[in-house]
Amino acid sequence: MDLKNLYRDVIVDHNRSPRNFRQIEPPRREADGFNPLCGDKLHVYLRVSDDRIEDAAFEGSGCAISVASASMMTEFLKGKTEAEALDLFERMHELLTGEEADLNELASLGKLAALSGVRQYPSRVKCASLCWHTMKSALSGGDAVSTE
Amino acid sequence: MSANPEDVLKAGLNIESIRADFPILHQEVNGRMLAYLDNAASAQRPRQVIDAVSYYDSNDHANVHRGVHTLSQRATDAFEGARAKLRRFINAGSDKEIIWTRGTTEAINLVAQSWGRTHLGEGDEVLITWLEHHANIVPWQIVCEQTGARLVVTPMDDSGQIRLDEFERLLGPNTRMVALGHVSNALGTVNPVRDVIAMAKARGVPVLLDGAQAVPHMAVDVQDLDCDFYAFSGHKMFGPTGIGVLYGRESMLAEMPPWQGGGDMILAVSFDGTVYNELPWKFEAGTPNIAGAVGLGAAVDYLDGIGMSNIANREASLLAHATRVLEEVPGLRIIGTAPGKAAVISFILEGIHPHDIGTIVDHEGIAVRTGHHCAMPVMEYFGVPATARASFAFYNTEEEADRLAEALLKVREMFA
Repeated sequence: MDLKNLYRDVIVDHNRSPRNFRQIEPPRREADGFNPLCGDKLHVYLRVSDDRIEDAAFEGSGCAISVASASMMTEFLKGKTEAEALDLFERMHELLTGEEADLNELASLGKLAALSGVRQYPSRVKCASLCWHTMKSALSGGDAVSTE
Repeated sequence: MSANPEDVLKAGLNIESIRADFPILHQEVNGRMLAYLDNAASAQRPRQVIDAVSYYDSNDHANVHRGVHTLSQRATDAFEGARAKLRRFINAGSDKEIIWTRGTTEAINLVAQSWGRTHLGEGDEVLITWLEHHANIVPWQIVCEQTGARLVVTPMDDSGQIRLDEFERLLGPNTRMVALGHVSNALGTVNPVRDVIAMAKARGVPVLLDGAQAVPHMAVDVQDLDCDFYAFSGHKMFGPTGIGVLYGRESMLAEMPPWQGGGDMILAVSFDGTVYNELPWKFEAGTPNIAGAVGLGAAVDYLDGIGMSNIANREASLLAHATRVLEEVPGLRIIGTAPGKAAVISFILEGIHPHDIGTIVDHEGIAVRTGHHCAMPVMEYFGVPATARASFAFYNTEEEADRLAEALLKVREMFA
């Protein structure tokens, strides 16, 4: 296995300079996510108006995979409807844990497709999925989630 | 073997022949020879231990203390023989003071429940330290909740040593128990247990030592230490998992009630009442991990064969070497810099999460632990969510430490 398949340039870049790494002022939806195994903590903020995610942001600390995943997620979510966001949650789950995705699916995920290498590292899947679980929780009311 | 004698004989030990005893070390991981530097989590087993367990399973197994038949007698002899080995290994006064448990965690829970529930009440205090493993925090929290007692925590300093002056101050008229690690699993600090025990004794307060990280690395003499309880695990000392020991001073154990009820811990049972068995069996309800005890006995024989002082010397020189080469890695900060340390190096790399370090060095065949090491208060003290931890055993080599340092340079490159 080539490490570069896990730590692709876009992941290293988003880890070094996370996008939307900030709060969103109320009114907002938010949730906490923890990965007790490695100490990762994320807080995801969403502003939803007329069923559309107008803004997405996050704060917290974590490994390169979890920070990059959260950073790319916030970029991707802006402008999506709630249903589209939940659909994206399912597709990311499939990308991280399922069979190898086909090229069309990878293309439609854009930058997020860079996370497909995580599948080969079972101990790191939770790092990549933490922000997605947290986002889903924020959409549905905001209970803290844990990937343990 | 044509190896350079200087490389072979380290601190009086023939490292090459010792390594030959550990089958698991001779494999490639991700295309590189395995460098197993996660011994504080679980140590590897020599073939002497593997063979002893296999021989017992193949020839002698039956239930212990039960039957008149030959196998039951052999199993009982092997099981009780192992207890005697453990007693000698830590120099307990009597086999009655060696209680088999599943490990350190169960041993501490046994004391917290059996001793704690009968001796703790409203306003009483259990004094621990900031350095403890969760296994020496949570059992006390539970019994404090049950009894109304209070958990008091001795602070530590920036080098990862407990503050003895604070300990002395916190050791008050309400302190009923002192519980602390002999060696910190997260940082490697060797705690000043003699001073702690002397202070506690002066006030008549019993002391429990969590010895999980000490017993594999140094000679431990419980009578010389004068502690009341000493808990440790088989798998950290090159024995099997699921077996461990609680040493308890006989006078303490004798007046403690059983913790779990069942077979083997009784002399007579009727519906009007039960007569409990004698020590040590009073605390050993149910069929024990017989093969595990046999394997742990073999581990003790193995360690005795090498000599604990040789092991301590060997690991001290490994620690010195590893500390030196890791300190040369730019941006690396060692967490835990006490002058007295076991061969454990907890560290962080500036701007790089320990989890990423763990994955990348694994690609080089190097096993290190990353995370909070079941010591979240320690991580909180140093303001880090996690560390990477390299922990050495006598079978590790300087070359493995060098490989770790090189791999860490690659980690930095990847995130540069």
